Amino acid sequence: MPESLNNTIAVAMSGGVDSSTVAAMLKDEGYELVGLTLQLWNQRRLSGKEGMPEAVQGRCCSIDDVYDARRVAETLGIPYYVMNEQERFERDVVKPFVSEYLAGRTPIPCSLCNNHLKFDQLLVRARQIGADRIATGHYARNEYDPARNRWILKRPADLSKDQTYFLFGLTQEQLSRTLFPLGNYQKPQVREIAAQHSLALASKPDSQEICFIPGGDYKQFIDAYLDEQGESIPDTAGELVTTSGAVLGHHGGIHNFTIGQRKGLGISSPNPLYVLQIDHESHRVTVGGGDESTTQEVKARELNWISIPELTGEMRVRVKIRHRHEPAWATLRTTAPDEAAATFDEPQRAVTPGQAAVFFDGDEVVGGGWISR
Amino acid sequence: MDANATTPLLPEVLEAMRPWLLESFGNASSVHHYGQQARAAVEAARGHIARLLNCREGEVVFTSGGTESDNLAVFGLVKPGDHVITSQLEHHAVLHATERLQSRGIETTFLSTTPDGRIDPEQVRAALRPNTALISIMMANNETGVIQPVEEIGRIATEADVWFHTDAVQAAGKIPIDVQAIGCDLLSISGHKFHAPQGTGVLFLRRGTQIEPLFFGGTHERQRRAGTENVAGIVGLGKAAEIAAAGLTNGTMNKVAALRDRLEKGILERVQHVGVNGAGARVPNTTNLYFEQLEGEALVIALDLKGIAVSGGSACASGALDPSHVLRGMGLSPERARASLRFSLTKLNTEADIEAALEIIPSAVSRLRELAPVNAGTLG
Repeated sequence: MPESLNNTIAVAMSGGVDSSTVAAMLKDEGYELVGLTLQLWNQRRLSGKEGMPEAVQGRCCSIDDVYDARRVAETLGIPYYVMNEQERFERDVVKPFVSEYLAGRTPIPCSLCNNHLKFDQLLVRARQIGADRIATGHYARNEYDPARNRWILKRPADLSKDQTYFLFGLTQEQLSRTLFPLGNYQKPQVREIAAQHSLALASKPDSQEICFIPGGDYKQFIDAYLDEQGESIPDTAGELVTTSGAVLGHHGGIHNFTIGQRKGLGISSPNPLYVLQIDHESHRVTVGGGDESTTQEVKARELNWISIPELTGEMRVRVKIRHRHEPAWATLRTTAPDEAAATFDEPQRAVTPGQAAVFFDGDEVVGGGWISR
Repeated sequence: MDANATTPLLPEVLEAMRPWLLESFGNASSVHHYGQQARAAVEAARGHIARLLNCREGEVVFTSGGTESDNLAVFGLVKPGDHVITSQLEHHAVLHATERLQSRGIETTFLSTTPDGRIDPEQVRAALRPNTALISIMMANNETGVIQPVEEIGRIATEADVWFHTDAVQAAGKIPIDVQAIGCDLLSISGHKFHAPQGTGVLFLRRGTQIEPLFFGGTHERQRRAGTENVAGIVGLGKAAEIAAAGLTNGTMNKVAALRDRLEKGILERVQHVGVNGAGARVPNTTNLYFEQLEGEALVIALDLKGIAVSGGSACASGALDPSHVLRGMGLSPERARASLRFSLTKLNTEADIEAALEIIPSAVSRLRELAPVNAGTLG
């Protein structure tokens, strides 16, 4: 091990069953624990604005979740604190989320949050208060390999809960200070452990949506947020065209579209049509049939490497281009400083700028970057 | 070191309360002798409060605490068409109650403070309108400890024939309170800030001040506050008031001031880039310090894990801290407000406590500064 670290661990507690069980497991293992919750967003902030729900229950950072997390900490007998990170969250996650959509891309706020809040700010805060490491309820595995002298991020035992896609931005320093205690467990086992510890939330449902968007309607959120900021949505209305340039109709703004989207295009066609391309300069949205929507190559920038120090030459990897995508075989090579391209063996549907491309070698995360095109 | 949040119950206070928790259980409104005993205990406590505040016993209304007292004062006098003057320094109990009046259409003025954390009485005078009905300015601020010029404001209120309420929650037991000298019509205190049980408080209501109650029911507290008296709590409050009054003249509070000064001076000497928020006369137990390049919230947690309880800002619904509205109201930047902590002592603190704090605080501060977060993230 590169460095000797103390026995105090800060557990990132969301009030959900996963992070609560992490706290219970580490407590059993004899660590000194401090429970921390990041208050990221005020769920009532945009409530009541047009289209936004009046009141929201059980979402991340809601008072109910903080209450649940606090009750778990009390049950386990560990100190617990809520840290106010709302300003940073708005700056590093919400604003980029909104501007990416307005620019015709499809952002992943969870990765931004992991990179900027959970594994950056939270780790700093943990160290400031005397905990050398943090633990989270992510489903992933994290092991030190002495042969390579690197920390290796791996897919978890429960592949249906795999969250490595959102963790590709972790640095070696961050990985060396992070525990993912759920990596070797199946979700039902986790619920069982929670029940054994008499944690009242053992059967609490999993959260699915983007935590700061109650109801999951991101378009309404963007409208309400810009309205609150006193800004209006830039006019990005334009044409809906086919790959051959024929104009099929007009749309109200490019932020209403995501690559691969099939519903809500506002045009009728005998065959299903998909969004193939969003041009943020001409505001033109290109649509086409399923057979036209595949891509042979994906380019990624702002790369982070985990299992390798850097990419030299070509490498055979499997590439995951969105959270629910089955990784596809490809050959990876460097194309420019801090840019890599993966050429798929089989063309892939809906390669979406703004999403991440994460490269796998077996179970190991090789690295990843943000899809540029 | 968070006495402005709450203070421990004194053993003598618990002893005074004990019979009313375990043996006697009369309802102070009952006609029979059980009730009469309880009534006598409540009235004896009223006497202690009257002596602490220099008022008549009949002017003491027992409440559930500072928040209720403040709400009763703010909501109880103002009618549609009136104007209310208060300040950005006030506790949320006054601030949010006044904002509520505002949302109901009452005219309001929220005075800003000097950079020292003091309300300028001339500003109060300047804010008066023909329809001004109420001035509510606190006696001592909970975060900085700065004592407000309530006697001057009282004179202005009297001249203008306007009701004057002062929230004296952070003054009670720390400095003398004389409602005659202040010239106020209403004054709030809270028991648990001076070693009485939580859930007890008083609103001083000058004779002849007709107030609309918050609660309706029985005729308790001369029809000013319905609800069966909390006899044990009131007895405890009376005992604590008796002890607090003695502490103001027997040197107890001077000792607290000496401890506070030693803590403040020690931190200023041992930690770099530190300063005091608020200036001028302060209550003897409070100091509010800012630590440049530091997140106060993290220091609160780091110190708590080492056994020192302090506070910074006000807790929002989740328990996370928002930058203090008081410090912001004094014109401090959000960064400086967030970098500020309040240390508040009780007479139960010892020199050893201060020495321990002076050992722990400098190293905690340097750890935080060493690991100060970088603004940029790793990616994205």
